[in-house]
Amino acid sequence: MKAWEPEPPVAPSRSFRVAVVDYGAGNLVSIEQALKTVGTEVVLARSPEDLGLADALVVPGVGAAEPAMRRLARARLVDPIMAWIAAGRPYLGICLGLQLLFERSEEDGADTFGVLAGPTVQLVDAPTLPHIGWNQVVRRREHPLFEGISQGADFYFVHSFAGVPEGIAADRLVLADTEHGSRFASVIDRGNVLGVQFHPERSGGDGLRLLANFVRWGSALAAGAGAQYTPVGAGGTSGGD
Amino acid sequence: MLRRRVIPCLDVADGRVVKGTRFVDLVDEGDPPELAERYAREGADEIVFLDITAAPEGRGTLLGIVERTARRAFVPLTVGGGVRSVVEMRDVLRAGADKVSLNTAAVADPSLISRCAARFGRQAVVVAIDARRRTGDEPETEPSWEVFVRGGREPTGVEAVEWAQRAVDLGAGELLVTSIDRDGTRSGFDTELLRAISSRVRVPVIASGGAAGPADFVAAVRDGGADAVLAASIFHRRIHSIAQVKRAMAKAGLPVRVVAGAGR
Repeated sequence: MKAWEPEPPVAPSRSFRVAVVDYGAGNLVSIEQALKTVGTEVVLARSPEDLGLADALVVPGVGAAEPAMRRLARARLVDPIMAWIAAGRPYLGICLGLQLLFERSEEDGADTFGVLAGPTVQLVDAPTLPHIGWNQVVRRREHPLFEGISQGADFYFVHSFAGVPEGIAADRLVLADTEHGSRFASVIDRGNVLGVQFHPERSGGDGLRLLANFVRWGSALAAGAGAQYTPVGAGGTSGGD
Repeated sequence: MLRRRVIPCLDVADGRVVKGTRFVDLVDEGDPPELAERYAREGADEIVFLDITAAPEGRGTLLGIVERTARRAFVPLTVGGGVRSVVEMRDVLRAGADKVSLNTAAVADPSLISRCAARFGRQAVVVAIDARRRTGDEPETEPSWEVFVRGGREPTGVEAVEWAQRAVDLGAGELLVTSIDRDGTRSGFDTELLRAISSRVRVPVIASGGAAGPADFVAAVRDGGADAVLAASIFHRRIHSIAQVKRAMAKAGLPVRVVAGAGR
């Protein structure tokens, strides 16, 4: 296996269009380029209309929840994102884009999407804060998102807060954990909604592989959900491979 | 477990990578995006660009280099040198940097740290501290260091450990600590300086200035308490590879990220 180049993306991703939500001044070059590298077409979504053409939605971001929610609201993107998730369409939240799925942030008290039960809280007993650097992502079970990626592989983190799932389904939502002083949920999986606390776009070859997997998984989901998107050569992509 | 990072630093002047000895006497060492990509392949955990000309008229060149690098090397990128405002920091982040390091402008106006942290989150704000050991100290007294600015040329009278603590209180998410005495000399990191700072702050500390060989990286972490170690010339001149350094760190029991096929 090559260390750096991802496997060539599987066929349907050629015409697969990913909307990356642009709601601030952060670095979008990396995620845009990483998604292009794995063979997708990227739309930077700044208004609800920009979501119309997309097959999958990626919400990136770093920093605090309150200013992010304020900017999303100003761009009239909150309701369309919620509708997207409710319609069962593929969603990937990265870092803040995962945290926003929870009910509220204890950093600044902001109310967030509330798609997942529980708050976003500061990492407990962290020896250094922010948690910056490469750390191991330990899976509790298998998922197409991690196909071809070793158990315990390193990904790049840069954050101080993380979502804590609550309720009866809490344990089942956690796809992987990471430890920094204490264990926190680093990957969340709830049907069409995936969230990673690390930055795949900054995590070298494994990060690109994960994004390629997301695209393939998203293609299968979109096809299965009977969405408008018509995959080209999607045969054999069952979503469970 | 969180890995200890190995970070090649690319000093950039007029669009080229250069490396000086003691902050002067520059030598041309290559194209920044090309070198950054090579280091990413070889296992660099992160890349740091320091724009050492930092002249306002050179900003466009720098932003172009940042973007070309972000499109080629899928590892984190920190950019420093001459950033004086929230707007300038925004431009550098938009071009593709993940973090921006503040130095001279933060010493002149510490509120810049809090304003940048409020806007982009503290994880994006690195405060770079160039420190020189105060001479004339009695051997029995605690050592102390003075903060220098403008590329290490101008003394400020500010005590480095105090400044480090203040910078963190204001919103720095990481500190890049360079020993001016050791920089470019290949005589090892100033682990006393590193320990004095890392023991007093909770944010990660990046050690810089003086790397000669793999043993120095081990010492910066073990003795200095550094979370990450930065070096330039030993990598640029291929005196040691990143893989060699990481092997030595792993052998010393430090957690490092091993990249398959990253070479020797």
